[in-house]
Amino acid sequence: MGALVEEFPVILGAFWLTIRLTLASAVAALVLGTVLAAMRVSPFGVLRGVATAYVNTLRNTPLTLVIVFCGLGLGLVLDVSFSESLSTNYLWLSIIGLSAYTAAFVCEAIRSGINTVPVGQAEAARALGLTFTQNLRFIVLPQAFRAIIAPLGSLLIALTKNTTVAAAIGVAEASLTMKSLFERHQDSVVAIFFGFALAFLVLTLPTGLFFGWLSRRLKVVR
Amino acid sequence: MIGITPLLTWRYTPFTLTPMTEAVGSTSLVRLENVNKHFGTLHVLKDIDLDIARGEVVVAIGPSGAGKSTLCRVINRLETIDSGTITFDGKSLAVEGRALAQLRSEVGMVFQSFNLFAHKTILENVTLGPIRVRKIARDQAEKRGMELLERVGIASQAQKYPAQLSGGQQQRVAIARALAMDPKMILFDEPTSALDPEMVQEVLDVMISLARDGMTMLVVTHEMGFARRAANRVVFMADGAVVEQNTPDEFFTNPGTDRARDFLSKILTH
Repeated sequence: MGALVEEFPVILGAFWLTIRLTLASAVAALVLGTVLAAMRVSPFGVLRGVATAYVNTLRNTPLTLVIVFCGLGLGLVLDVSFSESLSTNYLWLSIIGLSAYTAAFVCEAIRSGINTVPVGQAEAARALGLTFTQNLRFIVLPQAFRAIIAPLGSLLIALTKNTTVAAAIGVAEASLTMKSLFERHQDSVVAIFFGFALAFLVLTLPTGLFFGWLSRRLKVVR
Repeated sequence: MIGITPLLTWRYTPFTLTPMTEAVGSTSLVRLENVNKHFGTLHVLKDIDLDIARGEVVVAIGPSGAGKSTLCRVINRLETIDSGTITFDGKSLAVEGRALAQLRSEVGMVFQSFNLFAHKTILENVTLGPIRVRKIARDQAEKRGMELLERVGIASQAQKYPAQLSGGQQQRVAIARALAMDPKMILFDEPTSALDPEMVQEVLDVMISLARDGMTMLVVTHEMGFARRAANRVVFMADGAVVEQNTPDEFFTNPGTDRARDFLSKILTH
């Protein structure tokens, strides 16, 4: 217990990084996933093909490989740089990896949400003269999102836990910090382990509860 | 098939309910020529030729599977056609994109299942088209929307959601939503078929008042009373073809084909 109290500022900092990683990746994945879903239902074959290929590739690649590719492939080989500071640069590269990976799942969740919207809704919008993008933006997607709030919550929880993979390219989020604390306090390994596990629960449990409440509140009554 | 009237030469003789703003039959608003449509191997529209004049109210009737709904849906291209031409207001129907959206904004459509936007309030349903398609200012669109809701008798429900309204009320909102775009024509695809019997009349009343105001309408319906009261012309369809068309009086009292006589005997005897 003593180790947890002693290292509290370090642990807090690590979890703050986890939260930032999660939120940044979540926003980026939501935007990219929505674009991909729009492509997958668009009338243009090329766009549908590109989006389908993207989803199948990213969804079937282990996250660790995606993150390592971002760190080594983008960072070292292609020399993509966001910051002078090495740690900030790897933080951004891991956000790219996490959001690119999660976007594939978000896309599929949105697509299943679109399938819950009765075809008559889109037909009525077309009959009013709305264009394809207006139809998606004002009629189809708002109803699709309300139908998939709970699964999106699950994706956010999965993303929160997936941020630990960023440790693979040296981002000092919670799990990497836990590892270094193990080395410094070899007598309180169990306490540190349960402390971190509990802290993850503190992040993810409320997320699940909040999204469950939100999905009941925003449900479209037909 | 017996005695198909040559449609292109056919002209309706004015039969005015009340004075109309434009002379009926003067110019055609919609013209279908040689239109064919298949669903797989099913030939749903066979060489359809049809003219609808400005201000005319045309009722399409016939047994189910006759192609009436499809006829309605090809006019604003919710269904594509395999061959033939459709012109609206002198222009050929656009294939895709903005030109098609523009055409659709001029043709209102009322569906059997209402299709009100479930996540929007009644007023938002009516103002969405004007604001997003016509680019009218919100307050102006809302003012006009409330007038239209007043006209169809739903103004007091403006802030509710579609699921909170009865079927008849929802269908009247759907009519107001179509009217909000100031369409040149409204297509009605079996507007009363999904309604409880006691709600049919309130919707028909709104439609009859529209007809009296000179709105161009194509109505697919099984309501023979509406056809008699408000239609200028009845188009009888069977098996994907227009079998016969005439004024309602002529059609109902003296049908010209066996197919129509057979159909009428089944629906009018009881």
